[in-house]
Amino acid sequence: MKFLCIDCDAQMTFSERAVPGDGTFAASFSCPSCGRRVAMLANEMETQLVGALGVKIGGRTLGEQPMELVRTTLDGRADAFVDEALQHTGSAATPPLPRSPQSRPEWSAEAQERLARVPGFVRGMVKRIYTDYAVERGITEISPEVMDRARTELGLEGM
Amino acid sequence: MSFRTYNQVTGPDRSRLGEQVGQQRVRVAARLAGVKRVIAVMSGKGGVGKSYVTASLAIGAARHLAGKVGVVDADLKSPTVARLLDTRGPVRATEAGIHPPVSPHGVRVMSTAFLLDDGAPLAWREHPGERFVWRGVLETGALREFLSDVVWGTLDLLLIDLPPGADKLSDLAELVPNLTGAIAVTIPSDESHASVQRSMQAARQQGVSLLGVIENMSGYECDACAHTRPLFSGDAGAALAREFGVPLLARVPFRPTTAASPSPQPGVRDGDIERLVATLCPPDVTA
Repeated sequence: MKFLCIDCDAQMTFSERAVPGDGTFAASFSCPSCGRRVAMLANEMETQLVGALGVKIGGRTLGEQPMELVRTTLDGRADAFVDEALQHTGSAATPPLPRSPQSRPEWSAEAQERLARVPGFVRGMVKRIYTDYAVERGITEISPEVMDRARTELGLEGM
Repeated sequence: MSFRTYNQVTGPDRSRLGEQVGQQRVRVAARLAGVKRVIAVMSGKGGVGKSYVTASLAIGAARHLAGKVGVVDADLKSPTVARLLDTRGPVRATEAGIHPPVSPHGVRVMSTAFLLDDGAPLAWREHPGERFVWRGVLETGALREFLSDVVWGTLDLLLIDLPPGADKLSDLAELVPNLTGAIAVTIPSDESHASVQRSMQAARQQGVSLLGVIENMSGYECDACAHTRPLFSGDAGAALAREFGVPLLARVPFRPTTAASPSPQPGVRDGDIERLVATLCPPDVTA
C-alpha cells in the first residue's frame, strides 16, 4: 500500500500509527514536498482482516514473537504458557535481539499494575515485547507512558 | 488517469505485506529444516479414529526411532491426540520459540488442547461481526505457527493429525512445500469409502503424495476367543488402496481391552508398526 500526493506527484511517507483500542486502526502519512498530511482509518473489520494474516501495516518494528497470532487472537486459558527469559538457542528462524542482562529495564509499579490486567494467555509475550522495545531504545524504566508509546509505535492492538 | 498507480510509484512500500506473508513461510521452512519426514494423517470422514491411528503411529515410531517423533494436532476445534498421548501443558515459551510438551513415550506434541480451558470450544478474540470471513484465516495462521514457532528440533518424523475433510490438507501442502505425503484413514464401510475417496482424490489433485491407507476398526477382536469378527460391512481399506495404487499399510481391529484401557495404548500391532515405520521412514532416512 502506498499513498500518493496527487498535487505534488510525490509518494507520501509514513508518519505514525495509532491503535485506539476500539478494534480500529489508524495511520498517518505526509507529503515530503508540500507537507500535506492524510490519515488512513481502518474500521474493525478491515483491522481484523489484516490482523488475521499476522502482518503489520506500516511494517514490523520488532521481530515476530513466538506464536504471536495465536496468543493475540485465541481466547485461551490463562496458564497455557510459561514464559521464560532464557537465552536464545540459535534458531535462524527467530534471531535474537541484542541484549545483555545489565540492560534489562525496570518496571514501574504503575506499569506492573497495567501489565497485570493483560490476559494471562498473552501476558508473557506482551511483557517481552515491551521489554524488547525498551532495550532497543535504551529505556531504563518501563512506565505507562512508555507502554503507550510502544503500543502506538508498534501497533499493539489490545495490549 | 490523472495520477500514477501503485507500480508507477517506484518508492518502497513500507508495509510490504506480501513480503511479511512470504517471511512467514520462510519461518516454517527454517523451523522444519531439521525434520526428515512430515506426514499428514487425513480422512474425509470424522469418527474413523484418525487421531487414534496418529497416536498409535507416533508411539510405535518413537519406539523405533529413538524418540525423535513429533505430532501436530491440526484438529484445532476438536483436539484429542494430546490426550491420547497422555500429554499436558502448560507450554514453555522462550525467545527460541514454543517448547512442545513431551509425552511419556518421548513424542513432542503441539495441540490447542494445551491452550484452551478444559471443555472450552475454540474461540477467537475477534470483532463479533462477519466472523466467517476471517475465522478460516486465523485457523490457518494458527496451524502455521504450530509449525514455525514450535521448537521441534531434529525429528525423524513429524505427524500432522488433520481434521476431517480435504481443505486443511490443501493449506498444509502450501505451508510445507516438502510435505512427504499423506496417509488416509478409513473404516471398512461404504460410506467411509466414498468420503475418503474424495479426500484422496483432492490430495492427488493438489500434488500431495499418497503414502497408503490404514483401515481402522477393521473387525472386532474378541477378548475371549481371540477371533476377529466383522464390525462394519465393506472393504474400504483394500478398495481405496487398489483404486489409488497405494499400499494398504495396516488393518487395525477394534479391541475392547485397548479401548477400555485408562492409559493410551498403541492400537497398531507391533509387527504392523515395524512395517509401517520401515515404509514411512526408510532406512536411508532414519540412518
